[in-house]
Amino acid sequence: MARPERDPLTGQWTTGHSWDGIKELKTPVPVWWVSTFLISIAFSILYIVLNPSFPSPAGKAFAMNPVSTREGLAIRLEEAAARMEGMNARLLERPLEEISRDAELARFAFNAGRALYQVHCIGCHGPGAAGQAGQFPALVDDDWIWGGTKADIHQTIRYGIRNEDPDSRQSQMPVFGQILQPHEIDQLADYVLVMGETQPGDARRTGHPAHALFQQQCASCHGADGRGNIEFGAPNLTDAIWLYGGTRAEIRQQIAAPRMGMMPGWHQRLTDAEIVALTVYIHGLGGGQPPRPAEPLQSAAAATGSSQPQTPAAPGAAG
Amino acid sequence: MAVLGMAAGVFLAAQLAWPQLNFAEYINFGRLRPVHTNVVILGFGGNALLGTSLYVAQRTSQARLFGGLWPATILFVGFNTLAVIAVVGYLFGITKSMEYAEFEWFIYWPLILVWVLYFVIFTGTILRRREPHIYVANWFYWSFIVAVAVLVIVNNLSLPVSLTGTKSYPVWSGVQSAMIQWWYGHNMVGFFLTAGFLGMMYYFLPKQAGRPIYSYRLSIVHFWSLIFLYIWAGPHHLHYTSLPDWTQTLGMVFSVMLWMPSWGGMVNGIMTLSGAWHKLRTDPVLRFLVVAVAFYGMSTFEGPLMSIRAVNSLSHYTDWTVGHVHSGALGWVGFMAFGALYYLIPRLWRVPRLYSQRLVELHFWLATVGILLYITAMWVSGITQALMWRTYDDQGFLLYSFSDTVVMLHPYYVTRFLGGLFYLAGMLVMVWNVAQTIRGVHLRAPQARPAAVAAGAQPVPAE
Repeated sequence: MARPERDPLTGQWTTGHSWDGIKELKTPVPVWWVSTFLISIAFSILYIVLNPSFPSPAGKAFAMNPVSTREGLAIRLEEAAARMEGMNARLLERPLEEISRDAELARFAFNAGRALYQVHCIGCHGPGAAGQAGQFPALVDDDWIWGGTKADIHQTIRYGIRNEDPDSRQSQMPVFGQILQPHEIDQLADYVLVMGETQPGDARRTGHPAHALFQQQCASCHGADGRGNIEFGAPNLTDAIWLYGGTRAEIRQQIAAPRMGMMPGWHQRLTDAEIVALTVYIHGLGGGQPPRPAEPLQSAAAATGSSQPQTPAAPGAAG
Repeated sequence: MAVLGMAAGVFLAAQLAWPQLNFAEYINFGRLRPVHTNVVILGFGGNALLGTSLYVAQRTSQARLFGGLWPATILFVGFNTLAVIAVVGYLFGITKSMEYAEFEWFIYWPLILVWVLYFVIFTGTILRRREPHIYVANWFYWSFIVAVAVLVIVNNLSLPVSLTGTKSYPVWSGVQSAMIQWWYGHNMVGFFLTAGFLGMMYYFLPKQAGRPIYSYRLSIVHFWSLIFLYIWAGPHHLHYTSLPDWTQTLGMVFSVMLWMPSWGGMVNGIMTLSGAWHKLRTDPVLRFLVVAVAFYGMSTFEGPLMSIRAVNSLSHYTDWTVGHVHSGALGWVGFMAFGALYYLIPRLWRVPRLYSQRLVELHFWLATVGILLYITAMWVSGITQALMWRTYDDQGFLLYSFSDTVVMLHPYYVTRFLGGLFYLAGMLVMVWNVAQTIRGVHLRAPQARPAAVAAGAQPVPAE
């Protein structure tokens, strides 16, 4: 044990202890340290007085501000809902096609739709609604499998596609691998590629060995000219936009053993106003189409949410 | 152990940046993550604490180990065997699924026995001391040993499904279980990684600097305030949960009050260098110890800040927390352990100096760059993530989706991975340097000298 000594560098005395050569100075505790410690204690006492801090049945005995974090959240959620109430009511009052004429309402619907998209839709249709090749269609182009008017989009979001809801959009492409010969499927794939390069009536189409076969097997859904039919969710085969791939092998695969997308119906998870807002947003992404004047009845029916026509039994579908 | 744990960490960081790396069942993120945390905390931190505490206790008490060499050997082998069995089990899904407390009941009981043995050896050694007083390092070590025993015993109480099976269920349930888990979790940081490592600091820093401790009074005040306040701070991990508000407030205010007690250790560490600052220029080992204290100061300021409920609503569930933990773990715990190891290795193996000071220098810079890359990436990504989660437009709609935040994170995750690589590379440099030191390669040329392990050496922190 050493004796207290003065440290030549700092001028402080040591305590007189020495542990394995380590000595300790008797420097007083720094004033800034003590005062900051006291300030942090004062802050804590103030916080305790202001906030629920003592155990009691409701958990907020003696608190000057008796609102718990949980109640605070509930209050803020209610306030937020109340702020939107008026706009949501207006969304439901206006016919779908007239929302865009009210600039304030249109902006509200678009922003609400975007927020909803980012929570509910982005997982499949992707950021920017660019879709995912081979799985989920892009929503930013004007190629619509089930129609691109506001009424069509509203219907699709509300009830979904090929799900268990009887009101969902339904159709089924036959498994042609079980119906046609492999060489016929090869020829059909080739014919589909030719259609992308030619106009209806072109000699390369009419002279093609699979021309008759296409008219017989495929035209009832995809149309004689191959431009598809939104009624049956039969995509346009001539626009070079391919959900499941546009190479010969991929087209062949899709004819032989078709993949058909599913989409949930959202009417049980979102409110009516939310579905309208989402419709406005999706329609406004760039590819939305104007209402079809030739088919006013269909649009109106879809807008009110009645079930749409079911696909007739596909030709040649055996089991 | 450290190399394994940190390699696992680097791989996990890569998995977060490139999820396709989750290609195999046994090494996917969920199973590997507890391997990483347990191996670095228990394997690296634990062995560093075990080794240095028994060394420091003997040196500062002028007494040999209580019970001689055998109990300490049993402690070293037992602790590490249990750690290895537990960690391998995680890869096979044998886990209690509680953070840092994943080990199952069949690890729990022998672990407690081993820890009691540790307590007996350490306390016995202190009791046999030839010094009139107990050195401050030993207060911290002792509080760490006692607190960890209490924490581990209470939090991990669980009932096995059968005596022949591995599965058990905790006796605590619901919000009580969460509360006890974070009382445990936070105090594992507080006592395992803070109090224990402060003990390390109080010995190795003054020894390496050759200066007296700055203030004996401060060490008393900050020791008692630290251990008294730390044990209450756990609930700040459960802000805005089903934990009652009053409990959250309690945890928060004790965390805020903990700021200065934590900084007492930093002040005592840094100010001990007054009069020895010039040594930093030439002594990379001292630099490890001092930068460790600097990181300690930074993360113990960040901690109380993040515990404030309003700040926590921003920081919680983001990468900020991850960055905070790693500035403490890599900066404070890692650097302190490296400094202590560089100090100990030549002395334990009775070689006059390390194989290469330049490699220590290299290790220092690799590790420092690694930490800085890591924590700055996590600050930026964490705070950006938090702000994106809570950004509304003027009509009250969220502006960003969760997947937008994930896309935003990618470059920061790559940066974090690179930071981890740097740190791991520094580790490997140290392993090489230590191995060469022990082999005595640098001493052979002028003067042949056997590099045999000195008889009676203390258990050496494993790498």
